[in-house]
Amino acid sequence: MSAHIDTTDYEEQPLRARWHSNRLAETTIYGVLLLLGIISMLPIWHTLNASLSSPEKVAQAVLLLWPHDFTLDSYIFIFKGKALIRSFGVTVFITVVGTALNLLVTSAAAYPLSRRDLPGRQFIMLFIMVTFVFSAGIVPGFMLVRSLGLINSLWAMIWPTLVNVFFLILLRNFFENLPDAVIESARMDGSSEMRILFQIVIPMSLPAIATMGLFYAVSHWNEFFRGIFYIYDPAKWPLQVLLRSVVIQANLNEIGFSNQDMYGNAQVSQLTIRAATVTAAIVPMALLYPFVQRFFVQGIVLGAEKG
Amino acid sequence: MATAGTDVRSGDNLSESPSARNLGPDSRRRHFRRELGRAWKYRELYLLLLPAILFFVIFRYIPMGGLVMGFQNYSPVRGFLGSPWVGFQHFETLFALPKFLEVFRNTVIISLYKLFIGFPVPIIFALLLNEVRHLLFKRAIQTVTYFPHFLSWVVYGGIMVLFIGPGGAVPEGLEAIGLKMPALLVNPKYFRTILVITNIMKEFGWAAIVYLAAIASIDPSIYEAAMVDGANRLQQTRYITLPGLRGIMGIVFILSMGNILEAGFEQVFVMYNPAVYAVGDILDTYIYRIGLVDGRFSLATAVGLFRSVIAAIMIVMTNHILKRADQPTLW
Repeated sequence: MSAHIDTTDYEEQPLRARWHSNRLAETTIYGVLLLLGIISMLPIWHTLNASLSSPEKVAQAVLLLWPHDFTLDSYIFIFKGKALIRSFGVTVFITVVGTALNLLVTSAAAYPLSRRDLPGRQFIMLFIMVTFVFSAGIVPGFMLVRSLGLINSLWAMIWPTLVNVFFLILLRNFFENLPDAVIESARMDGSSEMRILFQIVIPMSLPAIATMGLFYAVSHWNEFFRGIFYIYDPAKWPLQVLLRSVVIQANLNEIGFSNQDMYGNAQVSQLTIRAATVTAAIVPMALLYPFVQRFFVQGIVLGAEKG
Repeated sequence: MATAGTDVRSGDNLSESPSARNLGPDSRRRHFRRELGRAWKYRELYLLLLPAILFFVIFRYIPMGGLVMGFQNYSPVRGFLGSPWVGFQHFETLFALPKFLEVFRNTVIISLYKLFIGFPVPIIFALLLNEVRHLLFKRAIQTVTYFPHFLSWVVYGGIMVLFIGPGGAVPEGLEAIGLKMPALLVNPKYFRTILVITNIMKEFGWAAIVYLAAIASIDPSIYEAAMVDGANRLQQTRYITLPGLRGIMGIVFILSMGNILEAGFEQVFVMYNPAVYAVGDILDTYIYRIGLVDGRFSLATAVGLFRSVIAAIMIVMTNHILKRADQPTLW
């Protein structure tokens, strides 16, 4: 850390001048950072306030720094229809089931690969790394999913992302650095490898596995392309696909907003509806974010220091 | 992935048994038996590996077989075996196709813009943040600037559309002060700029993490020595912090170069529209449209193969450069 306070000055003469320039520099730094923070949040903040304001005020006001004519009508409207709730359900399903399977299969594979004495280990690593370097691409992937009969199945968004090579290797490295003594003594006692994995290795690595789980979970929550590629039935759309349709393409009939509403409804407008829909999708992430951030930063720093 | 530092070099070799090359046929057989016996002892570990191996075979290797479509006039009715072979015909078509060249150019241009304009931002941000002594302020700024990274491009792009699109805060605001705002998202003149700026806005905070970690790992005694010598904070930044970041800057730069054909599929996909295809259409969006939308499987597979081969070469080259520079590598 280079945060140093220059209270004791070694030279006497330029002290005043330096103090002033430091003051100026300091103010500039804080000012620029504050500006960057505002730039990051402003569009999100504006959208949040638009979702909580009445349509006339949204149409009149330029930038909404707070809700104008506070109202929850837009939220009542979007949750009245089934579409949004259904898509939330789909996304929660693929996030929970997908992450559980990710963690199970990735941990189970990382443990044998962390064992230096495993015959064929290098070959298996090569076999895995090849897929990291070269991928067949979108169309052959689509053909596979189609021939497996997974079109319009939620599993089309779970199976193809079962193991992430990058995470697998990070976890393998983590397992390699666990103290050997405990594992060795368990093996001496005749414990099976499964037992060693589930009763020793995994409990010892919980922080690393939790971090990985959060990475996997965020990627499932944000799943978009597999929804676009493989899910044609709107009733099975994940949240992100519905969001694209409603918020970006403004297909408001998707969530039950008809042309009559457009002209005859003063409670909501298409802008407030779109703002409310996108905000509703952010809320779960925002609630989880404090935990996610802590873990993520730790994980990233851990990875960076290992190198 | 911008997460640099992964030392993935496998440190085994210890376990490999001496090669059987110099042994007679009899002992070679015995050797093979012994190896099998050794492997049998590890059956439980192989069993643990099995689900992952099956995954890689089914979802990563089998699609590679599907690449034959690129050399066929594939028809779903006839299948892989019945479709006629056409050799490199699709590739020849492709390289003569103005649309393909345009898409390829767009991909590289957008990537390079993002790389060169976006590269310094997180570095400057990290340097500024490092000067902040007020911990609460520092943490607040970090929390706020990291957040957009966790949003999908659908969400963030949606927010941007509401913010700068028709009826949004930016055009309304400009109109209020008497400026006529051109429709930003449907104007080819501005589209790439918007991609670059929104990408920086979403990612700069998160991208600064690796630099902050690198700064934190610089030996504090160097700063103390510099202070005793009378170096002010600007000089400390210039002569200690920046040189200390050179390594990680190199890694991040090379990794981004390796991803040059990755111009941001999801971002472009959610923000583009036919009005800006000429400047915004990239390889991935093009493959998606001709392949999955128009059903021209063979041509789209050929484009995808071209993209994958170049991407693979770039990754191998990246790894090679990192290895030469004695930096953490992928393998």
